[in-house]
Amino acid sequence: MDITVNILLTIATAATPLLIAAIGELVVERSGVLNLGVEGMMIMGAVGGFGAGYLTGSPWIGLLAAIALGAVFSLLFAVMTLSLATNQVATGLSLTLLGLGLSGMMGTSFVGQPGARLPNLDIPGLTAMPVIGRLLFGQDPIFYISIALTAAVMWFLFKTRTGLTLRSIGDSHTSAHALGIEVIRYRYLAVIFGGACAGLAGGHLSLVYTPQWVENMTAGRGWIALALVVFASWRPWRVLAGAYIFGAVWIGQLHAQAFGIPVPSQLLSSLPYLATIVVLVLISRNKRLTMMNTPASLGQPFVPDR
Amino acid sequence: MSANQDDANLLEVRGLTKTFGTLTACDDIDLTVAKGEIHALLGENGAGKSTLVKMLFGTLEPNSGEIFWNGQAVTITNPGFAKKLGIGMVFQHFSLFEALTAAENIALSLDDGSPISTIAAKARALSYSYGLPLDPQSLVGDLSVGERQRIEIIRCLLQTPQLIILDEPTSVLTPQEADKLFETLERLRSEGKSILYISHRLEEVKRICDRATVLRHGKVVGHCNPRKETAASLARMMVGNDVQAVVRAPAQGIETAQPLLEICALSRKPATPFSIPLRNINLTVRAGEVIGIAGVAGNGQGEFFESVSGEVPQQDAASVRIRGKDAGGLSITGRRLMGAAFVPEERLGHGAAPRMKLSENLLLSRHATDGKVFVGAGGMVKSDAIYAAAQRIIKAMDVRKSAADPEAAALSGGNLQKFIVGRELDRRPSVMVVNQPTWGVDAGAAAHIRQTLIELARSGSAVLVISQDLDELFEISDAIAVMHNGELSKPLPIAEATFEKIGLLMGGAEPGHAEHALETS
Repeated sequence: MDITVNILLTIATAATPLLIAAIGELVVERSGVLNLGVEGMMIMGAVGGFGAGYLTGSPWIGLLAAIALGAVFSLLFAVMTLSLATNQVATGLSLTLLGLGLSGMMGTSFVGQPGARLPNLDIPGLTAMPVIGRLLFGQDPIFYISIALTAAVMWFLFKTRTGLTLRSIGDSHTSAHALGIEVIRYRYLAVIFGGACAGLAGGHLSLVYTPQWVENMTAGRGWIALALVVFASWRPWRVLAGAYIFGAVWIGQLHAQAFGIPVPSQLLSSLPYLATIVVLVLISRNKRLTMMNTPASLGQPFVPDR
Repeated sequence: MSANQDDANLLEVRGLTKTFGTLTACDDIDLTVAKGEIHALLGENGAGKSTLVKMLFGTLEPNSGEIFWNGQAVTITNPGFAKKLGIGMVFQHFSLFEALTAAENIALSLDDGSPISTIAAKARALSYSYGLPLDPQSLVGDLSVGERQRIEIIRCLLQTPQLIILDEPTSVLTPQEADKLFETLERLRSEGKSILYISHRLEEVKRICDRATVLRHGKVVGHCNPRKETAASLARMMVGNDVQAVVRAPAQGIETAQPLLEICALSRKPATPFSIPLRNINLTVRAGEVIGIAGVAGNGQGEFFESVSGEVPQQDAASVRIRGKDAGGLSITGRRLMGAAFVPEERLGHGAAPRMKLSENLLLSRHATDGKVFVGAGGMVKSDAIYAAAQRIIKAMDVRKSAADPEAAALSGGNLQKFIVGRELDRRPSVMVVNQPTWGVDAGAAAHIRQTLIELARSGSAVLVISQDLDELFEISDAIAVMHNGELSKPLPIAEATFEKIGLLMGGAEPGHAEHALETS
């Protein structure tokens, strides 16, 4: 029983950074902006979170620093693509490259240092309950944030007027502009929200997952988050499902490798990617729903006539 | 007008000028719209109507000039501010969101925070009271052009504006629906609201508009009372010279002419849950004749055109026959190779690739039929030959453009339509199928397109025209059939057709009962 609980806990820990980064990017893409710099913003969050936690000794300050650094870094992307109307794909890619390089430079003195770890939740009486106690009341704070964030984004996008406005901008920025909606302002806010989420996801890596600083420690998770958004056809609950399927198969194949199952390890390592894609493709067979949820103006620069 | 004329003016524009590079789209425009009047804005394509209206609605910034609203000088910097002032706009090129429902589209332009369900109920009630029925839950992507325009109108009315700008609002309505719209506009006028009405239908302008401002080449060429003018005199002001009336020589011996396009028992299941099925359509178009298909938008015309053009091939090869051979299973290119030509309704996206040059668009549609001329040895494209052909079409159709070979999207709607029609006519096709040939095209250009279609038929081709513009169909057709709910009526020879009969068929009267319904109504 304890083993099962432990496995479930590791799955949640593996899925949480993917979920947070992907939910942030989902909001960005729903507004019609394609930010391929998730990996870069994530690693900036990771180094900023570790550094602030290490220097102050408080993982909570580290958490705030991770969010802030991700947001500030995304602001660079916003100024380039929204105010200067640069190509979003090229700008996003360079943001990732810049983030990987810059974080490596900032982190040279942190390598090998012990970091501060965010404590797990511990509620007297509840956390000690068998089985569900640790699953429901004994995880790290960012896990709870990720679930609340997913619910909040779902509510925001589909139940609020502001969410409707954001979706309309993603569908057609020219129509939105003609109605008097401030397209650029909404997109700025969406991009910064996405950056803050990516920073938080990076902070999870260096403050919870492995509380230390290693160069390149995001290891492609930003790209997986980006792919999740597309395969989940821009719907939050599917992003949640995708992140957890990925986490589950990832942990599962690690255990399988440890047991020495006679399957090439490369094949096992590719399983999480395959399984996530297959499942998400199967649940998005409904073409109408996919058509309704795909932001039609994704990636197109918006320059109003003047 | 009384002495306190200034107080009666809701909107006054003085010396408004807008330049794009070297082009002066609006040159020193003066315009006043009084409270409670319907004011027409007339002008050909490129005369500066859209530019002027965009400046009034805040999507373009004027270079110079002043705008007064209720006597106060205002600078309209964005559409949000225009709406706050009380200016509402119904766009010709719709500003709707395809992935959202009608109700959501309407909610987006209203600033109050009321829930979508309340807005949907309000929109439904308003749409029925104005005779423009609307299902608020339907997805805009599934709707026809006409239905989309209803959303635009309802959306504008729900904002309770003081000035409503309508850009070509009746192009997609039946005569009966247009009458209802006119009643609505008259009701709004009696409530003291003002309307700026852009239209190229001069009869309509004469009927409902109190005053008119005529633009030509970016300048105001005159203000007049349209009721005191004739359609011909208004057209002369717009164009600068007399508009050539469309001449339709009587067709000779059509009964015995060879059928070039035959539609036999064409049926089609609805492609999406909201689209219209086609039900057992039969039609023959013979060499030398023009057949018109009338109908309210969204009654299957789009689906019918897709089936005839080969955009969607049929299972039954004999359901579409071109020049006596089965063509139902063929693609567009296959049907073109048999001598047919097609002009779809949507110019950008279907008729032309927006971001490609006119010459490239020419190659895209004619690489198969004119392979020998346009493509040389080893599949190399002959740019010179294509460019020369594009220039020939531009000249023949009088396409007005800003560069030698501009992108399709850079042309105004009417000019692009002239190019697309010209591109097909240039091949001398033996079968020509056109969907909405002159939608949004000004009077001079529309007359030109209509005349060329008639001449093509008289030179021995079969021409099928789908249109929502009844005036147009009566002008060019030898017989008119009506499409309603996926069914096509028998073609009515033009000598027997009247507006009332066709209008009743468009409204869904049984084909055989049109006469009867007329007598009892």
